[in-house]
Amino acid sequence: MEFSEILNVYLLPTAIIVAQIFAIIVPLLIAVAYLTYFERKVIASIQLRKGPNVVGPFGLFQPLADGAKLFIKETILPAGANKILFAMAPMLTFILSLIAWAVIPFDVGMVLSDINVGILYLFAISSLGVYGVIMAGWASNSKYAFLGALRSAAQMVSYEVSIGFVIITVLLCVGSLNLSAIVEAQKTIWFAIPLLPMFVIFFVSALAETNRAPFDLPEGESELVAGYFVEYSSMTFALFFLGEYANMILMSGMTAVLFLGGWLPPIDIAPFNWIPGPIWFFLKISLILFCFLWVRATFPRYRYDQLMRLGWKVFLPFSLAWVVITAGVLVAFDIVPTPLSG
Amino acid sequence: MVQALAFYAFAFVTIAAGVMVVSSRNPVHSVLYLILAFFNAAGLFVLIGAEFIAMILVVVYVGAVAVLFLFVVMMLDINFVELRQGFMQYLPIGALLGLILLVELFFVIGIWSLTEERGVLATVVPSQTLTNTHALGNVLYTKYVYLFQAAGLILLIAMIGAIVLTLRSRPGVRKQRIADQLARKPEEVLDIVKVNEGEGV
Repeated sequence: MEFSEILNVYLLPTAIIVAQIFAIIVPLLIAVAYLTYFERKVIASIQLRKGPNVVGPFGLFQPLADGAKLFIKETILPAGANKILFAMAPMLTFILSLIAWAVIPFDVGMVLSDINVGILYLFAISSLGVYGVIMAGWASNSKYAFLGALRSAAQMVSYEVSIGFVIITVLLCVGSLNLSAIVEAQKTIWFAIPLLPMFVIFFVSALAETNRAPFDLPEGESELVAGYFVEYSSMTFALFFLGEYANMILMSGMTAVLFLGGWLPPIDIAPFNWIPGPIWFFLKISLILFCFLWVRATFPRYRYDQLMRLGWKVFLPFSLAWVVITAGVLVAFDIVPTPLSG
Repeated sequence: MVQALAFYAFAFVTIAAGVMVVSSRNPVHSVLYLILAFFNAAGLFVLIGAEFIAMILVVVYVGAVAVLFLFVVMMLDINFVELRQGFMQYLPIGALLGLILLVELFFVIGIWSLTEERGVLATVVPSQTLTNTHALGNVLYTKYVYLFQAAGLILLIAMIGAIVLTLRSRPGVRKQRIADQLARKPEEVLDIVKVNEGEGV
């Protein structure tokens, strides 16, 4: 085989894909760093404080300082821990939170991998997030970590079910599993309006799925110290932290794609459609992230039995009923979307 | 070439993980290897173009079933030495089961490679105009609708069975009834009293 052939067939596409991956991951990691800053600032203003304001102008270098601090600390392996799994758990959490971004569309055709089963892929990856937590809890060989892991496993499995039904409802209205097709289907109206109850259920389930307040029982500091990552320090802890925040951004991205029209402007008229799609997408994600933080600053933590009741006895029957109703309405008015070919 | 390499990588890891499921000493490690095996099986499905099945495999088996496995296995307090003791005792029956499965697999593959039609799916999925989600739906809800319903009924019965086995109604337990709490009105439960100074209620 000629060298130029190898270059054109294998090396060049690989280099392009690697460049694209970096183009997604680098902004994502910066976004994660500044999400922590955003969180502290938002919660500070809700609680009438100033938040970080010492490191750099307006405290803007605070995330970098925090990162550097975590980086130079000592990594501690507990004596009784299962070493391999203990080290694998944070990596798994972090990797899973990154690979999901492969299918998120930022604009028309601006997606790393435009697969036909995009939404299923996202659902599958987000349902794997629980493994990082369980492995961390078990491998730490510590009571608090283990209790946190058990809570988290039960919680994430419960809320996944209603997320699944919400996704099915959206799919019924689109007729495709492709994320770009889902966004395109919202040209006339965002699904947040006709499917408002499902939008609310999805948002609340997303809070539970990412272990955020008011569903942050897996790390409930008042009873479990810090839950599943109590034994982690330095970079291993930082990877959990990055993974959790990247997951928050991912769930916000999913909400934006499924219900808020992804990259589409709110109305397709002059001043709005001048702004490019990725910026709309960014604004929508920021809005949902603000709601995540707003909820955290506002609501007290749920009791565990209430959390389970909400998931299984309220959300599950309601979303199941809504799937049936949506399907019924689509068939009755003969507006079932035609399957897209390809 | 890349496809073939990917196939051998996935296939090799699947088999290696399968062996480790059976042979690893710690049950938690077994379950984790099982998850690895599921993953690589999903990879194999993607390679033959059955992306929907691959994703469903990950969602259902890795995302739900294996979580529950792991959940249970982690909570068991297992004595590893004791667990290994019966190994020789169970070896003959295990080997027999393995042999039966192997023979059955040979039958399935033999018959499949001899018949001309090779099932319905084989003719439906590779079509260029339909995604394989639609292709599966077209077959599942038309030709196999009764089998599909039967599978649903079996699952329903299993669910009812599990509920019947675990549901206990214990007398004297005070439960929180959220509907009742929400339905309370201030007039029913609050008594606003004007208390004079130095008298008490």
